[in-house]
Amino acid sequence: MPVSVKNSEVLYAALKSAGISLISALPETWLVHLMRMADDDPEMTLIRLNKEEEGVGISVGAHFAGRKSAMMMQNHGLLTSINGIVSVAQLYRVPLLMFISYRGEMGERDPWQTEGGRVTEPVLQALGIAYHNLSDPATVAHEIEQAQTLAQSSLRPVALLLTRDLMWEE
Amino acid sequence: MLREKALKAVYPRLKDQVVVTIMGAVAVELYNLGHQPNFFYLEHGMGLASSMGLGLAVSLPNEKVTVLDGDGSVLMNLGSLSTLARYRPPNLTHWIFDNESLLSVGGFPTATGSGTDLAGIAEKAGAEHVVLADTIEAVEEAFAEASERNGLSIIVSKVEAVGPASFAMDISLLENRFEFARHLQGLANG
Repeated sequence: MPVSVKNSEVLYAALKSAGISLISALPETWLVHLMRMADDDPEMTLIRLNKEEEGVGISVGAHFAGRKSAMMMQNHGLLTSINGIVSVAQLYRVPLLMFISYRGEMGERDPWQTEGGRVTEPVLQALGIAYHNLSDPATVAHEIEQAQTLAQSSLRPVALLLTRDLMWEE
Repeated sequence: MLREKALKAVYPRLKDQVVVTIMGAVAVELYNLGHQPNFFYLEHGMGLASSMGLGLAVSLPNEKVTVLDGDGSVLMNLGSLSTLARYRPPNLTHWIFDNESLLSVGGFPTATGSGTDLAGIAEKAGAEHVVLADTIEAVEEAFAEASERNGLSIIVSKVEAVGPASFAMDISLLENRFEFARHLQGLANG
């Protein structure tokens, strides 16, 4: 599988360093190693979702209980979670950290991913969600730490887009 | 059965639990019984109360967490019943009031009025302990059992489609949110 194991390890170590102890996720190809790592880690609670929007509720509950969590999903999962993000996470000022695989962007070969890729950043902009593209494993740890800091200080969702350059090896 | 009376019957137990309600009549009726810092009223995001309950229950394993849900909200996030059954947090009670209508937005009928069986769906989703409680006596028994047992409990109660005279609550949404989080973090650290 050409999903990068090495960069998935870098990402996983960085999100643990950012204090995350609960991940809710819907499986998707680019996230396969990250989900396995979460599953194998006794310090991590992994909740596999049926639909991504459930993860917003789970992270909000975890936040109120004082626990740092993250959602992990494809950009189409972001699209399906929008009402929860707006009507719960934003309405109630919750620092929802989202790791989103950025499918359908430059280099995408699957035609079915391309519409989602086209609208991902405009949707995040329209929602007023601060976001950052993660593409260089050398800077990922710092960028995740900064995203977590901004989420916690602004009490708002922050999105990290996992790009092809970071996740895919061929 | 009136939901208000069912809530009143179990309030002495409920007031010591971490409680999440959906918006509308349920929130107002619980609030009117006596607000507590451990009560959170989810005023939007229909369907996500049960997901919030799951996030709370796995993060506060020493607390009893109860979600007060409704048929319209559960129907909007049916997958959540399956996620709850999959992770079955032992400290979570999911209590669904089924009035077969979207009462707070005009009383339009929901699918439970034409045969959709939420208790049946919960059972087939894999929940081991699903109880029907349609009388005050049954509610008292079911909630006492849910509060004392170690396992996910799902209670489904058919209730009349009757709400409070006024939907006014003298607590702002963010006030409730910050008070609730501060209280829970005290529990988590205590």
